[in-house]
Amino acid sequence: MTVNNTVPITPDLISSHGINEEEYAHILELTGREPTFTELGIWSAMWNEHCSYKSSKKWLKTLPTDGPRVVYGPGENAGVVDIGDDDVVVFKMESHNHPSFIEPYQGAATGVGGILRDVFTMGARPIAAMNALRFGEPDHPKTRHLVSGVVSGVGGYGNSFGVPTVGGEVNFHPRYNGNILVNAFAAGLAKRDAIYISKAEGVGLPVVYLGAKTGRDGVGGATMASAEFDDSIDEKRPTVQVGDPFTEKCLLEACLELMASGAVIAIQDMGAAGLTCSAVEMGAKGDLGIRLNLDDVPVREENMTAYEMMLSESQERMLMVLRPEKEDEAKQIFNKWDLDFAIVGETTDDLRFSIHHQGEEVANLPIKELGDEAPEYDRPWVEPGTHSPQEPHLFAPPHDYNIALLKLIGSPDLSSRRWVWEQYDTLIQGNSLQLPGGDAGVVRVEGHPSKALAFSSDVTPRYVEADPFEGGKQAVAECYRNLIATGAEPLAATDNLNFGNPEKPEIMGQLVAAIRGIGEACSALSMPIVSGNVSLYNETNGEAILPTPTIGGVGLIEEQERMTRIGSAETGDAVFLIGTEGTHLARSIYQREILGEETGPAPVVDLLMEKARGEFVLAAIRSDYASSCHDISDGGLAVALAEMCMASGTGMDCTIDITYPHAALFGEDQARYVMTVKEEWADMFAANCEGAGVSFARIGTVGGNNLIINDLIDISVEEVKTVHESWFPDFMGQTALAEAAE
Amino acid sequence: MQRTTIVQFPGSNRDRDMIAAITKISGNAPSLAWHTDTSLPDSDLVIIPGGFSHGDYLRSGAIAARAPVMKAVAEAAAKGVRVLGVCNGFQTLTEAGLLPGALMRNNRLTFVCKEVKLSVANNKNPFTEGYGLDEVIRCPVAHHDGNYFADTETLTQIENNGQVAFRYAEGTNPNGSINDIAGIFNEAGNVLGMMPHPENLIEPAHGGIDGRRLFQGALNLLETETA
Repeated sequence: MTVNNTVPITPDLISSHGINEEEYAHILELTGREPTFTELGIWSAMWNEHCSYKSSKKWLKTLPTDGPRVVYGPGENAGVVDIGDDDVVVFKMESHNHPSFIEPYQGAATGVGGILRDVFTMGARPIAAMNALRFGEPDHPKTRHLVSGVVSGVGGYGNSFGVPTVGGEVNFHPRYNGNILVNAFAAGLAKRDAIYISKAEGVGLPVVYLGAKTGRDGVGGATMASAEFDDSIDEKRPTVQVGDPFTEKCLLEACLELMASGAVIAIQDMGAAGLTCSAVEMGAKGDLGIRLNLDDVPVREENMTAYEMMLSESQERMLMVLRPEKEDEAKQIFNKWDLDFAIVGETTDDLRFSIHHQGEEVANLPIKELGDEAPEYDRPWVEPGTHSPQEPHLFAPPHDYNIALLKLIGSPDLSSRRWVWEQYDTLIQGNSLQLPGGDAGVVRVEGHPSKALAFSSDVTPRYVEADPFEGGKQAVAECYRNLIATGAEPLAATDNLNFGNPEKPEIMGQLVAAIRGIGEACSALSMPIVSGNVSLYNETNGEAILPTPTIGGVGLIEEQERMTRIGSAETGDAVFLIGTEGTHLARSIYQREILGEETGPAPVVDLLMEKARGEFVLAAIRSDYASSCHDISDGGLAVALAEMCMASGTGMDCTIDITYPHAALFGEDQARYVMTVKEEWADMFAANCEGAGVSFARIGTVGGNNLIINDLIDISVEEVKTVHESWFPDFMGQTALAEAAE
Repeated sequence: MQRTTIVQFPGSNRDRDMIAAITKISGNAPSLAWHTDTSLPDSDLVIIPGGFSHGDYLRSGAIAARAPVMKAVAEAAAKGVRVLGVCNGFQTLTEAGLLPGALMRNNRLTFVCKEVKLSVANNKNPFTEGYGLDEVIRCPVAHHDGNYFADTETLTQIENNGQVAFRYAEGTNPNGSINDIAGIFNEAGNVLGMMPHPENLIEPAHGGIDGRRLFQGALNLLETETA
C-alpha cells in the first residue's frame, strides 16, 4: 500500500529528504506553515543539489556564457547557438553517474534519453550524440560488467531512437572504482525562429501531459544523485528509471509535428524530479501559477499517492501549455503516435503551485520561491596545492622506444575504442562525415550544400587532479584543438562538472579552481559555455573520483570539401609539427604506463599560444594546405604520429631535433598539432608559419610501411595497429563470448 | 517516372535516410505510407526501411508484420511490384512470410555498426543487375538481429533457386548468418530483403557510392546514368 498525505513531518523525515535545519526553517517561512508530506517532497526535489545547483551556482555565474552567436545560454533545456542561414545548433551534456553505477544498462540508457529530450524539447531534431564514460581500473571486479552494461545501454537507447553517436571518451582509473561517470551529450538542429522554451504565457490555458505513463520509478532519484554512496548502494536500485527509446522516438516525432502545427506555447520535458520540476519551471519563468489535478495524470500503477506522482522520474514524458484553439489538431497528432496525453491542469494568475488529488488540495506553495529561492551556498574551500615543475631529466628514459610506444598505444587509456563505438549506430541519418576514432565527430548540416558541425568531448582528469585550474583550462583547450584539427571553428561548449562531496573544502577547492580555469580558457578561446550540468557527491566510502569537468564543444565547418581528417595523409606529404619540442612528462601517460607513477604538475596551458596556433592551423586548413591534421594530447608526439599512421595505413619517416628523446616523443605539452602538407606546398607552408610567428618544425615525410623516428623508433604500422586494436576486445573477452554463443 | 513508396511504422528510424537516398538518386521524393493505411499509393517500388518498429520489444519486425499496411504490401508483391526491405524491413518481411527464414540475434550478442564487404551472388535481377556477378562491394551494417537462419530444406531451396542476393565477403560476416547470407530474394525475384544499408553509401559524402546501383536497378535508372 501507499503512504498518504498525513505522514507526520518529523526531523528524521526532513533529514531523509536531504534538507538541513537551516533549509527547513526557510521552508517553513516560505510555506507559511508546516508543509504537508507532498509539499516536503516538492521542496526537497527543487532544492536538492542536482536541481538547484546550490553549491556551484555562485561559481557557475562567473563562466562566460555570452557571445555573438549565442541565442540561449544556460537556463534553458539546452544551449542554442547560431550557425548562420537561420540555422541553430542546440546542445547540452548531462551526467547520469549514480544511476549508471547502480544499474549500468538502464542508467546509461536513460541518461541518453534525458539529454535527447532536452534537445528536442527546444524544437531541434537530434543529429549527433557523444558519451564520455569513465570506469574504475580494468582489473576491478565490477569494471567489465559496468563497461558492458553502460555501452549496451548507450547503444540500446541511441540506436533505437535513431541518432548517430559520433564521438566520446572512455577512460579507466582506480578512482572511479566506486563511482563511474556517464556523461551524455546530444546536439540537434533547428531553425532560429522555431525554438521553444519553457516559459509559459497566458492565464487559464490548459497544461497538457504527453508521453509515457507515470509510475513509481525514479521516485527520489534527484535526491539520490545528491548524496554520497556507501555499501548499501545496491538497495538504491529501485530509484533507477527504466528507459523506453521507442516511446521517446514517438515523442520526438509528435513534439516536432505539434510544434510545426503552431499549437505549442511552452514545453518542458520531465527530467529530474519529473512533474514537479517541469511545472514549476514553466510557471515560475512565465510569472504564472500552475494548478494541477493529479487525478488526470496517466498512471501505470494503482494507488499512487500525490507524493509519488510529483516525484516520479518515469521517462519519456513532456509537459506543455497548448493553444486551446489547436486542441483537435494536437489530439490527432497524439493519437497518430499512440501517446498518452491528458489535460492535467491550467495556468493561473496567483503565482501558486497548487496540487489537487482525490478532491483534496495536497500542496499549495509559492511557485517563484520554489524555483528562485533555493539556497545558494558559499561553501568553504581551500586553494588546491601546487607542484614544482619537473625537468625531463628527472624521468627515466625507456630501455626501448619501440616497446615503450607499443605499450602506450596498447594501454587501457590509449588503445582503440572500436569495441565500444561499433556497438553504436554511427551512420544513421546519413550525414556522418567523420566517425569516432578521429579528433572530432563531424556531421553535415542537412539541407545545406557545404556546412558541417564538429563535436568533441574532452577532459584529462589526471591533470585536473594535479592542478584543477590548469586542468580546467586544458579540458577546454583540448576540445578547442580537436575541433580545429577537423577544420572547424570552435563556437561554444557545454560543461559537465563531475566532482566529489562539495561539503569538503578540498573538493570545493577543486570545483572553484576548475571553474576558474574553464572560464579563463572559454573567454580566451571564444567558446562560451551555453549549457551544462553539475554532478557532485561522486564519492564512495569517503573516496572521491578524480575531478572530471567534461567539456563538450561544437565547431562549425564552412566547407566540407576542406575538412581535414586524422588519416588522410598521402605518400610524399611533408609532416609538420606545429608547436615546440615536448618537455612535460609529469602526469603523462608515459609516466603512468612506463614509470608506474602519477605525480607532479599538470602541463601548463598558455591560452594566447593556444589561440595563436589554433587560428593559424584553422586558417591553413581553410586555405586547403593540410592533407591531414591531428592534435597532440595523451601520449605526446609519438602517439599522435602513430595514430595518424594507423588511420591512413601509411608510415612516416621522421627526423626530429631532440634534446631529451623521451620528453620529445612522449611529453604532453599543450598547444601542439601535427599537420601533413603536400610536398610541393611544404616550403610555402613553412614560410607562412614563419610569417605568422608560429613555432613549427618540418619533421618528416609520409610513406612506407613503418613509423620511423630518428634512430629511436622503427616499427611497422601494421604491428602498431594490431596492438592498438587488441586491448579492448581482449579485455572484454569478446572472442570467448562469441565462441560461447556459437 | 518510377514511383516509390516508403512504408513508415512507429519506430522506423532509417526512413529519413531512405527518403533522402531515393530523392537524391531518382530526383523524385517518394510517397509515404503509414502503418495503419490499408492501401498503398500506386508504386513501382515499395520500401520498408530500417528502424526499431514498435520498439522491437518482441521479435524484431514481428508487430510491424501484422500491421494493416502489410496486407497491402503483400498484395502489391503478389502483383509483381518490387519490394525492398532493409534491416528492420528485412526482419518485417520474414515475419510477414514474404521472405523465407528468420533473423536471429547477432552471434556476438551485441549491436554492430560497421562497414562490411558484400559479394553479389545473383545479378540476374533488377535489384542487382547494376553489379557484376561475384563483384565485391562495400556496404555498412547497423543491427542487433541480423543473424540469418533457415532450416536445411529452405536453405537448399533458396540456394538452388538463386535466391541469395548478397553474401558477406572476405571474412566480414558481422553476425553469424548461415552461408554468409546478407540478402535474399523471394522465389519470384521481386522482393529483396537485406540487412546492410545501401542507402547509407550513395554519395561521396558517405565515403563511397556502392549502394547507389541497387536503387538505380530497382528504379530502372541504370541505362539513363550509364548512357
